[in-house]
Amino acid sequence: MSSLLRLATAGSVDDGKSTLVGRLLYDTKSVLADQLDAVQRASVDRGLSTPDLSLLVDGLRSEREQGITIDVAYRYFATPRRSFVLADTPGHVQYTRNTVTGASTAQLAVLLVDARKGVVEQTRRHAAVLALLGVPRLVLAVNKVDLIGYDEAEFTVIAKEFAGHAASLGYPEGSVLTIPVSALHGDNVAVRSENTPWYSGPTLLDHLENVPVAPDPHDAPFRFPVQYVIRPRTPEHPDYRGYAGQIAAGTVRPGDEVVVLPQGLHTTVERVDTADGPRDEAGSGSSVTVLLADDLDISRGDLIASAADRPVVTDEFTAALCWLSSTSLRPGARVLVKHGTRTVQAFVDELHSRFDEQALSTVEDPESLELNEIGSVRLRLAEEIPVDDYSHSPRTGAFLVIEPKNGDTLAAGMVGERFAKLGSTA
Amino acid sequence: MTALSETSETRETGEARAAAADAARDNLTALESEGMHVFREVAGEFDRPVILFSGGKDSTLLLHLAIKAFWPAPVPFPLLHVDTGHNFDEVIEFRDRMVAQHGLRLIVAHVQDWIDDGRLTERPDGTRNPLQTQPLLDTITEHKFDAVFGGGRRDEERARAKERIFSLRNAFGQWEPRRQRPELWNLYNGRHRPGEHVRVFPLSNWTEADVWNYIARERVELPSIYYAHRRKVYRRDGMWLTEGPWGGPRENETVEELTVRYRTVGDGSCTGAVESTAATVEEVIAEVQASRLTERGATRADDRLSEAAMEDRKREGYF
Ligand SMILES: Nc1nc2c(ncn2[C@@H]2O[C@H](COP(=O)(O)OP(=O)(O)OP(=O)(O)O)[C@@H](O)[C@H]2O)c(=O)[nH]1
Ligand SMILES: [Mg+2]
Repeated sequence: MSSLLRLATAGSVDDGKSTLVGRLLYDTKSVLADQLDAVQRASVDRGLSTPDLSLLVDGLRSEREQGITIDVAYRYFATPRRSFVLADTPGHVQYTRNTVTGASTAQLAVLLVDARKGVVEQTRRHAAVLALLGVPRLVLAVNKVDLIGYDEAEFTVIAKEFAGHAASLGYPEGSVLTIPVSALHGDNVAVRSENTPWYSGPTLLDHLENVPVAPDPHDAPFRFPVQYVIRPRTPEHPDYRGYAGQIAAGTVRPGDEVVVLPQGLHTTVERVDTADGPRDEAGSGSSVTVLLADDLDISRGDLIASAADRPVVTDEFTAALCWLSSTSLRPGARVLVKHGTRTVQAFVDELHSRFDEQALSTVEDPESLELNEIGSVRLRLAEEIPVDDYSHSPRTGAFLVIEPKNGDTLAAGMVGERFAKLGSTA
Repeated sequence: MTALSETSETRETGEARAAAADAARDNLTALESEGMHVFREVAGEFDRPVILFSGGKDSTLLLHLAIKAFWPAPVPFPLLHVDTGHNFDEVIEFRDRMVAQHGLRLIVAHVQDWIDDGRLTERPDGTRNPLQTQPLLDTITEHKFDAVFGGGRRDEERARAKERIFSLRNAFGQWEPRRQRPELWNLYNGRHRPGEHVRVFPLSNWTEADVWNYIARERVELPSIYYAHRRKVYRRDGMWLTEGPWGGPRENETVEELTVRYRTVGDGSCTGAVESTAATVEEVIAEVQASRLTERGATRADDRLSEAAMEDRKREGYF
């Protein structure tokens, strides 16, 4: 079992995400006395009879004033079974870009609905974004069951509706669990509720502690974006030349045959170095320094990859974009693409389609892509870069779209025909 | 029967403990790799980065990661200390020794200089923590620093929990929480306009427990005041403050000698000691795990000012 689970909340505004996170922290005794005092004082000031646990996470003044979450909060807690990195994201549609931020690294998302309202537009939008980003597991938390009298029938209707929707987005059975909870009162969060005798599944915390998370596949092809060339030129290390980076996928060992891209130069790995000494093997996520057998011209932005299984080197590809800017995207737009450690100029050759995340269908040849919309585009780059399909190698299939003039991040990009898969079964 | 079940239980807890230890080790290694990645990204994309270094535990950890990220080459950035003048001697001695040992360049911005020439005025309460912002921003401008590494962690405070690893600051050094860029995967966007800079927080995802476990694992040296020692202290605002040039004790405050240590180290006028007998890293780890107070809640008067004290200071350009 993996020791660490990264999870994010999602769901419409006011569905109770921050309260649920506060409840998880509180029930796992992760809230220290001074933090709890502060929340209790603030709750009394607001005239509340019970402490408002969302105040533990809504850390900005304007969030507390408006009672909504504006930006992601990262919280950390641990139980004897597992450590958790939790991103509490905003539900308001205006802040979807912050939801995408929180979800981009999540291994599981807890999607909330208000039991009185069921699946709403924003639930479907978030579910689509989670599917697009490839978040492998979902929990649908049907929250505020206290307000529907802990009614099984209403819960079942919501669970069924969502199951159909998730399946259409490509979530296999078994990757989605639906739980009736009350974040406010704690039912089925960390403690099994006596109010829902008809529910026999795990509590949310049980599930989070036990859900299998797929480790990065050991046998995935090696991918190593070069971040920085280490050349000390000191008396102790006059000829040292190492390529520093974080392994994006696969593993590396001395003796491995590799290719340096986009140049296409072949060589072998001589040493995998760290400040603690050379390593026999290093895997995905490790920050190491790779030394090569041949003296080649390699710099930041290049990719060292497995010679046997290499990415495509191209200056043109199809990709899905999750558009995060209020300036709309139109075909012909000039942008920057930041992929791995390389940033290149690009232009949007074609806007193929827009994904309608409500109807789960595609709209062909839209005129533009607007804030929070998902689209499929053809990009043309000023130079060739090595890319993988996002579904095979997320770290080398992901990229940012950046506005060249002001440097803003415009979109989350994913290489491949991503959303041909979404909605394909609808 | 009884004996049997006892054996299997013992084995199980033994295995569970081993699994938990493995898990913790993996977690620290992942955090270390993430921190090194952040350092290298900045080295690759910025012209003039600088590391904020006070000699405290978080900035010492920052330096440790920077050294590992560029080894065997030297760290390619200078260090910057905004010195309030209200220092612990042990920390300054440690700071200077680290700088010498690793062949680094240290820039010190003395708050006193800003007070002397009238750019700043001493506060009535004598605290200089809030006075650090101006010298910091002036020094950033003077040296044209475009990336400033800080040791901030998201678990310290709930406004910090909202900040990105790459935090864009406007020409006035201000954090604008509503205008933060999305931060996707491990792709950091450090683009900024002239005059703007980026604060970078490689330790964002570390908890206080992670910091101490890592310090133990890597045998990182810290200033001695992080461990239990005898010290003359007096009580103010519910905290144990130490005698020093920041004006204390006052007439009605009595000095006692206690066994204490520091959980955070900042301006001497507002950093409190905690009563503790934890004299080794292992003892500190046990103490941190058992503590019912956050490190800032336990030791920092400046964070108790209001519900949004940290956010307000960050908006003004604080770390
Ligand atoms: N009765 C009841 N009220 C709840 C429950 N969970 C949350 N609430 C209330 O619902 C309101 C909104 O809760 P939040 O936790 O702020 O909702 P959110 O989903 O984080 O909202 P955004 O982050 O702004 O999208 C608050 O008044 C909560 O007290 C619940 O289980 N039962
Ligand atoms: Mg919220």
